[in-house]
Amino acid sequence: MTQILAEWLGFLPIEAVEALASLLAILALAVVVILCVAYTTWLERKVIGFMQLRQGPNRVGFRGLLQPFADVLKLLVKEIVIPGQANRWLFLTAPILALVPALAAWAVIPAFPGFAIADLDAGLLYLLSMTSLGIYGIILAGWASNSKYALLGAMRSAAQMVAYEIAMGFALVGVLMASGSLNLGEIVARQSGGMSQWFIWPLAPLFLVYFISGVAETNRAPFDVAEGESEIVAGFHVEYAGATFAMFFLAEYANMLLIATLTAVLFLGGWDSPFSGLIDPGLPVVGMLAAPGLFWLAAKTFVFLFVFLWLRATFPRYRYDQIMRLGWKVFIPVTLVWIGVEAVFSVLEIGPFA
Amino acid sequence: MQLLVDWFPFILFSGWSGMLIASALGVILARNPVHSVLFLVLCFVISAAIWLLLHAEFLAVALVLVYVGAVMVLLLFVVMMLDIKAERMREGLVRYAPFGVLVGLLLAAQLASVWWLRDSGMELLAQPQTPYFSEGNTRALGELLYTEHLYAFEIAGYILLLAIVGAITLTLRRRGGLRVQQVSEQVAVRPEDRVRLVKMKAERPE
Repeated sequence: MTQILAEWLGFLPIEAVEALASLLAILALAVVVILCVAYTTWLERKVIGFMQLRQGPNRVGFRGLLQPFADVLKLLVKEIVIPGQANRWLFLTAPILALVPALAAWAVIPAFPGFAIADLDAGLLYLLSMTSLGIYGIILAGWASNSKYALLGAMRSAAQMVAYEIAMGFALVGVLMASGSLNLGEIVARQSGGMSQWFIWPLAPLFLVYFISGVAETNRAPFDVAEGESEIVAGFHVEYAGATFAMFFLAEYANMLLIATLTAVLFLGGWDSPFSGLIDPGLPVVGMLAAPGLFWLAAKTFVFLFVFLWLRATFPRYRYDQIMRLGWKVFIPVTLVWIGVEAVFSVLEIGPFA
Repeated sequence: MQLLVDWFPFILFSGWSGMLIASALGVILARNPVHSVLFLVLCFVISAAIWLLLHAEFLAVALVLVYVGAVMVLLLFVVMMLDIKAERMREGLVRYAPFGVLVGLLLAAQLASVWWLRDSGMELLAQPQTPYFSEGNTRALGELLYTEHLYAFEIAGYILLLAIVGAITLTLRRRGGLRVQQVSEQVAVRPEDRVRLVKMKAERPE
């Protein structure tokens, strides 16, 4: 793309053209992510509706397909209410602080072979740091609202996110040990060669820990004590309305999508085909199944996204002390033990260490 | 246009440095302690950005991850929970001022020693040279830490571990009379322990 732009805009220095090209790539990715988020809300209502023997949205457009746009429009034109005693400046900054890291983390995701907006060497670390920043939006929203419910929600979510971040970090250490790189593109490349090469097999416990911690990190059911509708109304975002509420909503779903994509990238080979190495790519029609591409990443992400919705429809909310117990006393020891097991693997040259 | 491109790193550096100094002032001048903490967060993020200009991407990301993502979250947590009155904190200002000035001067002297170092003929890298980081600076750092500086690294790790154990021992207190859930007992419970089945006739005997 840089070459095409350089031909059009020959009068600009090459650095400016590169900057423009990456801006366009960022814009394209952001639009795709936001559209996916919009349709995730639709999918969520449809899937949960299906599980509860209801229809889900079916009035706006064919089978409710235009529902997300109607919702966005409604949220954008609603009044933004700022509570009288709220800390006005922080109250309005908090939604931005929640949304920005959720979108920024997408920069290092390898969407298809040879594409990532920022091909960082420390990509995995960058991801960890971005996901850990999202917590500021939630804490500040809770504090700045000057509401008891909001503060309680913020405190719960802060403790929860700090606890699960550690387990998540250790799970990523496991991936790092197996792949020998922090670069996400290289991690995917290490898993190429079909299903049997995926890290989900040698790192099965870490995969489970990572995904469940991801559900907890995004404050989704059954770990949604931060919102806890039946206990603290809506937790940290009780006081938010209209566009500011929409930003929290967008951030939550963007994070959900991110965790689903990351699980696919780190443990299921990302854009690589599950059948590469099993099917000869030279075959007509069937051979296409062996080709790597965005399609495979999207398919794997969809599976995990469905699991997110499935969990929400299935499980009752965890109690607060049970969440803490699971995070600190179950997940962290499991990851630590498996890192030790991986060290043994690497000495014996088993699996990805061969 | 070319001029802008050439000076771009300098513009970024001076812009970020200015913001860094401004937010550092914000830390000590803000009236609200929560605002101070947030200014400190901003300081860390901007320092990370300045490190990125030096191609020190591992350090930059680690700074954001460790300090912004973990340490400052806990600090913010504590500051929000504490009932801090700004007026009472200002009471000791005059008393502690000389000490503060002394520490400030020491720090300034340390920073100024860079000038002395530059003239002392020590081998300095004017600009980070790309070949130096050819294998990625995360790997380069890791190789140095785990070979040449292994002992120092391990000792630092033990000191941190000691600090963790110390902090927990100091703050851990066991309160008696708490009703704590025993999960293993709950899981291991059998119907016989909890339910007593009583056999009796459906009708009262005449």
